[in-house]
Amino acid sequence: MLLNEELQAIQRGEQGDEMARVLNTLVMYGEAFGAERMVKITGKMGHVVIGTGSLTWKPVFDLMDRLIKGGALPKQSFTTDPRGIEDNVPVGFAERMMFKLIFSNQKRMEKEWKKMGIKDDNAYTCTAYMDEVGNIPQRGDILGWAESSAVSYANSVLGARCNRNSGILELMSNILGYVPEFGLLTDEGRKADWVIEIKCEKLPEPQLLGSAIGFKCIEDVPYIKGLDRFLGTELDQNARDYLKDMGAASASNGSVGLYHVENLTPEAKDLGESLIKDGAGHFVIDEAEIARVKASYPVAWTSEGDPQMAFAGCPHFSLNQLIDWTGRLERGLEKNGRDTLTIPTIFCAAPDVRDRFEKEYPEEAGKLRKMGVTVSGLCPLSYTSNPLTDKVRIITSSNKLRYYSKARFYSEAELVEIVTGGKLS
Amino acid sequence: MTKTFNGRVVVPGRIDAEALVTHGGFNTLASLKTAGSFLNKKGEIQDHNNAELYGKLMPGKALCLPETIGSTTGGMVLYCAACMGVGPSCMLFSKKADTLAVAGAVLTYNWSDHPIVLVDDLGEEFLETVKEGDRIRVYEDGKVEVEGK
Repeated sequence: MLLNEELQAIQRGEQGDEMARVLNTLVMYGEAFGAERMVKITGKMGHVVIGTGSLTWKPVFDLMDRLIKGGALPKQSFTTDPRGIEDNVPVGFAERMMFKLIFSNQKRMEKEWKKMGIKDDNAYTCTAYMDEVGNIPQRGDILGWAESSAVSYANSVLGARCNRNSGILELMSNILGYVPEFGLLTDEGRKADWVIEIKCEKLPEPQLLGSAIGFKCIEDVPYIKGLDRFLGTELDQNARDYLKDMGAASASNGSVGLYHVENLTPEAKDLGESLIKDGAGHFVIDEAEIARVKASYPVAWTSEGDPQMAFAGCPHFSLNQLIDWTGRLERGLEKNGRDTLTIPTIFCAAPDVRDRFEKEYPEEAGKLRKMGVTVSGLCPLSYTSNPLTDKVRIITSSNKLRYYSKARFYSEAELVEIVTGGKLS
Repeated sequence: MTKTFNGRVVVPGRIDAEALVTHGGFNTLASLKTAGSFLNKKGEIQDHNNAELYGKLMPGKALCLPETIGSTTGGMVLYCAACMGVGPSCMLFSKKADTLAVAGAVLTYNWSDHPIVLVDDLGEEFLETVKEGDRIRVYEDGKVEVEGK
């Protein structure tokens, strides 16, 4: 790989041994993908995937200490993935003690992040691109982010350029201020390998559609036709929320880091079908395919019985979604003649989004509290890494949470029906 | 009977290990999220979506796979598993390896004493041939020998 003078000096050790090793790591990574040069990160902020001080990740925190001691610090501020637990979430004594144990590196990690220049104490979310959080890359920006759902959103909805970088590598990219140029950073790498044609009669739930796309495309780039019939041709908040959830699902069943939606996402709007590679595959998704995907999900509960807890907001809800779901629950309770939900229900959202919701929509926030909903900034995946909470019969409308835990998947409509006391048909 | 395949070396090394095989994508986070901690000291694979690997032991195995999928913690989780002694000894890909797997192996090579050897592009026939428990020998030049049980 050809390095510019600045990087050659780093490689010679002029900024210390750790900086040289950071560079060599990124060069080795890039060369595996044929990168011929490093390009400067142009996004204003980074995003890293490490928000939980998990016991298992001690080697990461040891490495972070080593970088700090060696003076290898990020060039820019950054946001990070959510914390694993918050005090406002209802858990028993034993579960809370277990959380203290399995997240025993939390304080250490947060201290390290402060030394490295994290944006602020509220910067713990997987949806840092929400207006309230403010880490919003511009179209064409070069990023060194990790977090599969955020990379997918930044590439597809915002038109930034970012590979699916791993945890630690994204931190090192931030430290160096450069990333190797390959894959989704290049025009050729952003072309579609698949045309996915949506032939559903109604708009499918985003997490199910994303799941179907992920199963089919794995790590390829899809060009999706037929979604604009439902979402329109402008990226309004409803469309952005839909794509956020769809993209997250396609990045957990598969590794989709970029998708184009015909007439809607920025590159598809500008470049149209010229984004489709010659010889691209073709796949139709209809109601039958969506039903097949849903039926393929394993039920991993460890005991029989009714649901005991519900999670929604993975990836974290937007303000728009918090308001929308408040209405859905309200209507469900009214229909089923109840005042409160049947089981504790957690809605997950960025701390900054939650704060705005509580401040500017106190009526809705009050309704949720009265129904039995906790709005939390936690990561439900991390929550279920506790062996005691993982035994709880959790239901969720998140494909991502379903994949990484024993939580049982229900569609959004089914989940609302269950928690408001209705019966599934 | 021994069959030989040639792949591309991403992280070099010489390995002699038992094969663990998945024909679907390997979700690193779902598989190894607690590996090495008191919750899963033995490094049991915990991805309930992967019937071929669920419940099997990872440490020291030659993991034979088409690709990794899922969370971008993937490379970091591989790095942690290697540092805690519960990682695979090598990862052998039938396809070109993805960014997360390469990141994990590159991190172990540059920042730990337990590098995970990575050879990719071994071809579809490799995954059609190799069976769980086969003896695998990997050489520095990317040659991989599969010796059936």
